[in-house]
Amino acid sequence: MMLQIRNLRASVGGKEILRGLDLDVRAGEVHAIMGPNGSGKSTLAQVLAGRETYDVTGEVLYEGRNLLVMSPEQRAVEGVFLAFQYPVEIPGVGNLYFIRTALNMMRKQRGLEELDAMDFLALAKERMKLVEMDQSFMNRTVNGGFSGGETKRNEILQMAVLEPKLAILDETDSGLDIDALRIVASGVNALRSKERALVVITHYQRLLNYIVPDRVHVMANGRIVRSGDKHLALELEKNGYADFEQDTAGGAFSLVGAMS
Amino acid sequence: MSSLAKLVVAGTTENALLQGFSRLESRRNGHDPVWLNAFRRAAFQRVAERGFPTARDEAWKYTHVGRILDVAFEPAEASASPRLSSAAIDQLAGDLGGARLVFVNGYFSPQCSSLNKLPQGVKVESLASALAEEGESLEALLSRPFGEQTHAFTALNAACAEDGAFVQIPANTVVEEPIHLVFLSDPGAAFPAGPVVSHPRSLVLAGPGSQVTIVETYAGIQDEVYLTNAVTEVVLEEGAAVEHYKVQNETATAFHIALLDVRQERDTQFTTHSVALGSLLARHEVTVRLHGPGAKTTLNGLYMPQNEQHLDNPTTIDHVAPECTSRELYKGVLDGRARGVFDGRIIVRPGAMKTDSSQSNKNLLLSESARVNSRPQLEILADDVKCAHGSTVGQLNEEAVFYLRTRGIPQLAARDLLTNAFVGEMLELIRVRPLRSHVEKLVALRLPAGGVGVAA
Repeated sequence: MMLQIRNLRASVGGKEILRGLDLDVRAGEVHAIMGPNGSGKSTLAQVLAGRETYDVTGEVLYEGRNLLVMSPEQRAVEGVFLAFQYPVEIPGVGNLYFIRTALNMMRKQRGLEELDAMDFLALAKERMKLVEMDQSFMNRTVNGGFSGGETKRNEILQMAVLEPKLAILDETDSGLDIDALRIVASGVNALRSKERALVVITHYQRLLNYIVPDRVHVMANGRIVRSGDKHLALELEKNGYADFEQDTAGGAFSLVGAMS
Repeated sequence: MSSLAKLVVAGTTENALLQGFSRLESRRNGHDPVWLNAFRRAAFQRVAERGFPTARDEAWKYTHVGRILDVAFEPAEASASPRLSSAAIDQLAGDLGGARLVFVNGYFSPQCSSLNKLPQGVKVESLASALAEEGESLEALLSRPFGEQTHAFTALNAACAEDGAFVQIPANTVVEEPIHLVFLSDPGAAFPAGPVVSHPRSLVLAGPGSQVTIVETYAGIQDEVYLTNAVTEVVLEEGAAVEHYKVQNETATAFHIALLDVRQERDTQFTTHSVALGSLLARHEVTVRLHGPGAKTTLNGLYMPQNEQHLDNPTTIDHVAPECTSRELYKGVLDGRARGVFDGRIIVRPGAMKTDSSQSNKNLLLSESARVNSRPQLEILADDVKCAHGSTVGQLNEEAVFYLRTRGIPQLAARDLLTNAFVGEMLELIRVRPLRSHVEKLVALRLPAGGVGVAA
């Protein structure tokens, strides 16, 4: 099992956002997590990446090891990657320099040789094709003045260069027009492999037309309330999230598992 | 007993700095032109009468000099410094490839200096030699009457300075290689060894249409207590262009008080970059007088105090003539319990129409105990002017730190990377390549993780 989450709870400022979440992800699988705003999807992504602002309890095993005790940088070195919903601008740092520094720092910590400038450039150029980015991106500052679509493509580029084992994509489709969505999705699809697991967090079913998931989970009020195959996403598209929110708010969990 | 001597005895804590004068006066007696002796005495009288600045002086509100006045400084005298090899100077000040004038404890050291590669007619020598050769012609320049703003340290420099750099560029001459002025303090080489004070006085005269780059480096050899009290004057005649750099990298136990005084005539261009890294307490003041129309001036500054350091950066840009442009950008990075001060005054005199001025001060606090006082001040007394100023104080963006960490960059390295990016803007403005790489190294060493995130 690549990722095993048991009874995960996370709160911030005394407010509980994740309220006993369970999830299993195997290598090679693509899982979609869907849910209404405020259901805790992004909190789950942040907690898995190591955000320290949450009080976290429960268990998260990544390749059998306790992920929750690892620092964010350690998780990255172990192969966990988060594509941010809102990638952060880093003024004064060039994009190419940033990605190279990240790759080389990881390689160093993994006991691998660092890539020199030429080798890195060759690698970056190849991976940039995946997300149809041109070289001008690399000379700009990290996410500085990037459009919404450009920041998301830049996230997928980083994923392509850093080659994680477990990638969590947090609302990578939000703010994208249909062309950008297609580019991002084809980049992600190119990175699907038997060794790699993807957790795709999205509000809309639209993205899943392009990135077809093995499993779909519905999140509401800090828990996964229903799981199914790709057809569940279509069902949600038709009926919306209202049923699930009412169910959990009322404490009726009979649906959970019954339909999966 | 003369009135001067009485004053000296009266000010007990100020004795050390003032007493040096009587020794200097008797030593110089008969060696210097009469005007210089009179000028020194007038300057000393001013110090003795006015006393040193206190917290009641607005310009010294945050920078208290009591710590300096408490030290029993001995005036430095010319002496050889056996610890200074050429390689050691490269290490301390960088090798910029051009002429290098080295001063030890304020006195010219011919054996450490190299004066090759200078175009015909360019004069680069010690002020002491210049005074000996053509003292009378320097009277007008060196004995300018003191303005109201002159404080005791500047006056003390006038009273006590015996040496410094003298640079004179003839009309329409371009000096390609930077002229490097290196001021090293080595209290161990002083006799008797102990806390020394040096008063280097430098003069840069850029003739009409000339171009030159001047780099001043101030550094110490060991963590010993000393005081550098420097005054550098730059005069740009019509159409001259001077690029000036100052790297203050004194030792962590040193005191550094300095004035860079600039006067610009018509259509001149002056740029200065100040990099303040060293000293327990330092105050580097820059005053620029835009005296001729069409003059352009740029003041850049970077100060990075850490631990208990206190770095003060007062600047005054005085727009006297119309149609002058001034640009000012100072950035501070403050760590530990350090204190920084930016005091930026811009004066637009009546008649200085079409003045175009902008000033910005940005500060990054790396610790909760670090503090900065930023005081931009505009005094606009003319119409039809364009003046903008701004000041910010912030911390590292924790969202950005987290973002970098999720990419495998360790926390300290992530913080270094972001700090270096903040500083990078200032380093990129350094156009002398070997100086830039020298400063980059000094800066990286001061980052919390020693620049691990930076070297790539």
